Amino acid sequence: MQIPIVYTWKNLWARRITTVLTATGMALVVFVFATMLMLSQGLEQTLVDTGSPGNVMVIRRGSETEVQSSIARAQAAIVETLPEIANDIYGKRLLSKETVVLMVLNKRGSDNPGNVTIRGLSASGLALRPQVQLINGRMFRSGSSEIMVGRKVAEGFNGVGIGETLRFGLSDWAVVGIFDAGNTGFSSEIWGDADQLMQAFRRQSYSSVIFTLADPLAFDRVKERIENDPRLPLESKRETEFYAEQSELMGNFLSILGLTLSVIFSIGATIGAMITMHASVASRTREIGTLRALGFNKPSILAAFMLESLLLGLIGGIVGLALASTMQFLTISTMNWQTFAELAFTFTLTGDIVVRSIMFALVMGFVGGFLPSVRAARMNIIDALRAD
Amino acid sequence: MLGLFRLAVRNALRHKLRTGLTVLGIIVATMAFGLLRTVVDAWYAGADATSANRLVTRNAISLMFDLPLSYRNKIRQAEGVESVSYANWFGGIYIDEKNFFPQFAIDAASYLDLYPEYILSEEEKRAFMRDRQGAIAGRKLAEEYGWKVGDIIPIRGTIYAGNWSFVLRGIYRGADKKTDQTQFFFHWDNLNETVKKREPNRADKVGVYIVSIRDSGRAAEISKEIDAVFANSLAETLTETEKAFQLGFVAMTEAIVIAIEIVSIVIIGIIMAVMANTMAMSARERVREYATMKALGFGPRHLVVLIFAESLTISLSAALAGIALIFPAADFFASKVGTLFPVFNVSEQTLWMAFAAATCIGVVAAVFPAWRAATGSITKGLGSIG
Repeated sequence: MQIPIVYTWKNLWARRITTVLTATGMALVVFVFATMLMLSQGLEQTLVDTGSPGNVMVIRRGSETEVQSSIARAQAAIVETLPEIANDIYGKRLLSKETVVLMVLNKRGSDNPGNVTIRGLSASGLALRPQVQLINGRMFRSGSSEIMVGRKVAEGFNGVGIGETLRFGLSDWAVVGIFDAGNTGFSSEIWGDADQLMQAFRRQSYSSVIFTLADPLAFDRVKERIENDPRLPLESKRETEFYAEQSELMGNFLSILGLTLSVIFSIGATIGAMITMHASVASRTREIGTLRALGFNKPSILAAFMLESLLLGLIGGIVGLALASTMQFLTISTMNWQTFAELAFTFTLTGDIVVRSIMFALVMGFVGGFLPSVRAARMNIIDALRAD
Repeated sequence: MLGLFRLAVRNALRHKLRTGLTVLGIIVATMAFGLLRTVVDAWYAGADATSANRLVTRNAISLMFDLPLSYRNKIRQAEGVESVSYANWFGGIYIDEKNFFPQFAIDAASYLDLYPEYILSEEEKRAFMRDRQGAIAGRKLAEEYGWKVGDIIPIRGTIYAGNWSFVLRGIYRGADKKTDQTQFFFHWDNLNETVKKREPNRADKVGVYIVSIRDSGRAAEISKEIDAVFANSLAETLTETEKAFQLGFVAMTEAIVIAIEIVSIVIIGIIMAVMANTMAMSARERVREYATMKALGFGPRHLVVLIFAESLTISLSAALAGIALIFPAADFFASKVGTLFPVFNVSEQTLWMAFAAATCIGVVAAVFPAWRAATGSITKGLGSIG
């Protein structure tokens, strides 16, 4: 015979303060658990979305990032002749020889420094990134000292609004447009003309060469061709893979930190659940005795108390997740350790994180409620009925 | 007063299991709080170990741009400058990407003069100076990878392409606990000569100049003076105190530091809820008892003090145990993360903060039950059935 669920529910309601306090403890743990997962998910998502699957990124062998890489003009010219590269409708190669540098700008509000990526592109550079949209002003003109800034840079840093100028390399660079590339790394960059920027920075070589494959399946052939060419000390990666790798170090750090903290914190919340359930059992000794006398068997007593504890966990989990979901409106901007460049990303809630958070909350409820429930189920009927 | 304390302890021990669990929870929370504060401190450790007499001059655009070697003499001529050294960030990989530690190519003689906190024996110093392939490493770093003097250390370049190998000529130790003992230094001349052969246009370039000044009070003035020399040149400079330079790094990852700080407060919140629950339960069970005491003539103040004493007894005794456990926990954590945090020490301030947090937990948990006990009516209390 099963004890009705409403009995369990009314028990939680009867001890409102205790229920609220216990669930609050669990909610906070779930909040930390979920937000840390969301943070590492957001970082990964942003970098994965930055690359396009049909694009190939070429950098100098051994360099981890575009900033560390350098590709001589002659080498870039050889890459340009690869037959696998797609052409646009005018027959021009869909290939961009780019220069990537970091520049210190000050953040809005705090005035703290941040390394912002400045990317110089070839004429077809924009065609390679269809996700980029101009939201204000106009594109930079090639051959001029004009730049356009990503939305996250425009929002986060001082002195990069339309009409303002940045001074570097002995000249003034006019900001003429603001572009949005959604939740990708490009939104945290400043773009200009590659040759103009190289001149300003006195650079002889490009940082990277990016091109679109005519046939996305031809990647292995291109890779082999580039890496076997003795004239090219270069390596190639799919653009998606290249950016995904950049989230590894920090993503790992965030998830390990999040997991460690959640486990330690959950000890506290589980203890809270245990105290509550023990008290709940102790104060209802006679009630339990009566239930047993009425014919409810041990397993159903155990189930009723386990259910109560799991419900506590569930309430905590839902509240914690609700709190965590509000974090989605926040954007975090920080330096990515792998690239040393500023990167803005948001807390991203996925179905997987929802499931894991609720599971985590239920496990806390289960562990916290197990011993007290067993105690309740094993009570001697006579003693329980006599208890005061 | 002593009698009151004894009564509080007795009260706390009435439900041994419940009190025991609460104490355990607070111990874990205090330890976690202390550990997180120590992580935050470790983030700032680089800035704490700086000297007010050192300035850092770098390229104004960002650190990835270098400066000509010729700037050394011009900087030295600036008024108030005592000596100048320079270093390049090497950013290589030792066997695997996971093995991160800072590597610098330094102008050895002047650099070691400027950083007296890196202590080498005379013998090791001489051996390092004499060997162009030589390198020195911090004690912690050498321990981490089991290096001994004389070992050959292979490093794969990322900024400076190619495979490099160095001979370990010395292991330095820090002058105090704040000194970073995870760095790796080798000769700038070695780097420069190899670069000259491989990529000639990148030769004779310096990453940062370290400038020692006589009077730390004039740091701002001298910084301006140095930057003025190179204004409107191809490589404009930005000079700041070593501390500001290091804090700039911290500021770049500030979002993470703030997240850890917030989380360290959340754990206090979690355990506050647990403790408040314990106290609320005890108070609810004792409504009749409190009413009886009031009927006997004890004032509400007496009850309030009694409840606070019980709450604080639990929270503070647990906090002391938790604080004692911060040290082994920090040691364990430091051994796990290796050289990721070069300096990882539990500060006295952290201990005080952990203690303050525990006091806070004890006080907050007692407020509501105490208010209830003090204002509750005697007749209702006596009639309560718990």
